[in-house]
Amino acid sequence: MAGRGTRDGGRVLLEVKGLRVAVLGNEILKGVDLAIRDGEVHAIMGPNGSGKSTLAQVLAGHPAYTVVAGTVKYDGKDLLGMKPEERARAGVFLAFQYPVEIRGITNSYFLRSALNALRRERGEPELDPIDFLQVLEEKVKAIGWDDSMMNRPVNEGFSGGEKKRNEILQLAVLEPRMAILDETDSGLDIDALKTVAHAVNQLRRPDRAFLIVTHYQRLLNHIRPDVVHVLADGRIVKTGGPELALELEAKGYDWLRDGVMVS
Amino acid sequence: MAHVEQLVGSYRAWASNGAAQAPAWLKDLREGGIARFHDLGFPNMKQEAWRFTNVAPIAEGSFALARPPARIPKLEEIQPFLLLEAGYRLVFVDGFFQPALSTPFFDDVQSLAHVVAHRPDLVREHLGTQDRPFSALNTAFVHEGAFVHVPARATVEYPVQLLFLVTSGKPVVMHPRNLVLVDREARVSIVETYAALDDGVYWTNAVTEIVVGDGARVDYHRVQREGARAYHVATTQSHQGRDSTLNLHFVAFGGTLARHDIGAVLAGPGGTLILNGLYLLAGQQHADHHTTIDHAADHCESHEYFNGVLDERSRGVFTGRIIVRPGAQKTDSKQTNNNLLLSTDAHADSQPQLEIYADDVKCTHGSTVGPLDPRALFYVRSRGVGEHEAKRLLTYGFAAEILGRMEVAPLRAQLDAIVRGRLAEQ
Repeated sequence: MAGRGTRDGGRVLLEVKGLRVAVLGNEILKGVDLAIRDGEVHAIMGPNGSGKSTLAQVLAGHPAYTVVAGTVKYDGKDLLGMKPEERARAGVFLAFQYPVEIRGITNSYFLRSALNALRRERGEPELDPIDFLQVLEEKVKAIGWDDSMMNRPVNEGFSGGEKKRNEILQLAVLEPRMAILDETDSGLDIDALKTVAHAVNQLRRPDRAFLIVTHYQRLLNHIRPDVVHVLADGRIVKTGGPELALELEAKGYDWLRDGVMVS
Repeated sequence: MAHVEQLVGSYRAWASNGAAQAPAWLKDLREGGIARFHDLGFPNMKQEAWRFTNVAPIAEGSFALARPPARIPKLEEIQPFLLLEAGYRLVFVDGFFQPALSTPFFDDVQSLAHVVAHRPDLVREHLGTQDRPFSALNTAFVHEGAFVHVPARATVEYPVQLLFLVTSGKPVVMHPRNLVLVDREARVSIVETYAALDDGVYWTNAVTEIVVGDGARVDYHRVQREGARAYHVATTQSHQGRDSTLNLHFVAFGGTLARHDIGAVLAGPGGTLILNGLYLLAGQQHADHHTTIDHAADHCESHEYFNGVLDERSRGVFTGRIIVRPGAQKTDSKQTNNNLLLSTDAHADSQPQLEIYADDVKCTHGSTVGPLDPRALFYVRSRGVGEHEAKRLLTYGFAAEILGRMEVAPLRAQLDAIVRGRLAEQ
């Protein structure tokens, strides 16, 4: 896989080996291998129930999942041994498929708490509300948005599109090295999809990798991946370049799933 | 019920001595109150409205009628309870009005005793015998409290503050009686606060009546931050005219046993009412909010939001009764009560009671009782916030949701600081 459309020579940032994951005794990931280098954009596609979202959530440290076997190294460290907040402070970010509503806490307050937690980790001084607003304004402007969502309670009463945009806004402010987007395109109309994709493209950097989990190819029309993986029945069954996404769009997933069953 | 007799005896002694100068109508009112209390006695847990709250510690306790304070606190001592940018202020210590600490305004923002003596015409028709045990007892001892009157079309620019402080250190009882009259199209914001300067045992038995005229708007805030060993029993009763707006905000932090009966009557069409409440309890605290919203007229809107945050062995009780009278068509009523349990020993009871006698109405209610949402906790932690801080953030949000509806910024800041202080102790 290395070398296929990737920036050769980049350091491996995230390395997943033989990862098997169960929830409530039910094995969902049955041995996943994956290596993402600095600055690369990987897409994971697959049918419903293939384990895509499980992979995304396990990488972020969701406590509902049990790792049965395998290892995940992030920046040379054992990611699976880290708490969710430690992963975030080390630069891992998950844009949730279903962002959670937090009553009574404004987006601005929430994001400042998060950013200050990261800054403490890096030994940087915490930002007061005024300094934070400046940082926020810069980041928001950089992706071409406004900050109209900032004084509303986190995700409360947000439309589906607003919730997804809010996840990307958090990504922009928290500046992770490894950004995982879990079905960020689901529930978006084409305009919202373009807006989100544009923002993600603005956020691509040589020292920031992306793992984009999606069911449909359409997001990848706007965010061009370096590598495309197909996950089916808990395993990566095919890996290729951006052209693989187009092939999946044309043929669907069944031909791959059948292949798995045959092998 | 030996204690009922003791209270009646204490009333007799007071009525024939300290209160003997009262005009006949006031004496009659008091006699009516004590007779009613004597008939009713203390409530017990067999009664539907008192199923979850045992008032035995009050009924079996011994409380002397509070006496004027031996020492009047200095202004700087009461500063933590005052609001920046507040306007007129009435301060009561151990139930007694303190002119030196107050900034009254003629007969309009005044001690009730003063108004009863000088302008009985303003208050007489509004002071009625209350029908329930504690409010009847309060009526027996009607004497002192706050009086606020806003004449028609007037706007009071700064919030009026009513502060009830206890310093006695002895097991005393106070029966403050407050009356707020807001005439048509007038506008006022009021903050009523109960607090203590020491940790002694005492009992506050308060009644506040609020009359909102046609087209008037009242923002009423009630902050109960009594001493840790205090008993707090209160009735807040409001009556709204046509096209009026009443926002009632309640915060209960203090006391060991607190019971608050809130009755709001929408008597004229087009009225809007918000009941917005927070109880934040820990230790062995018990707080019971018993609310009744009475839609007696058509085209009225009521929104009720109560959040409870319960830690350690505390207990919160919420009853939300909504009555929609025949003819109160186009009523729009929404009620929510959410309880956050921070400990497995904490407990919450939540009971909606809808009584709807009109057919073209919209009434919804919902209540939750449970620990922090694990999905929310993971979400916050996934952003880099540590587990302990994430829990505190989510808990704070539960309280901030209620405080955020209050429009008096200095009060919001004061309450916010109390909430943060309480959460920091965890």
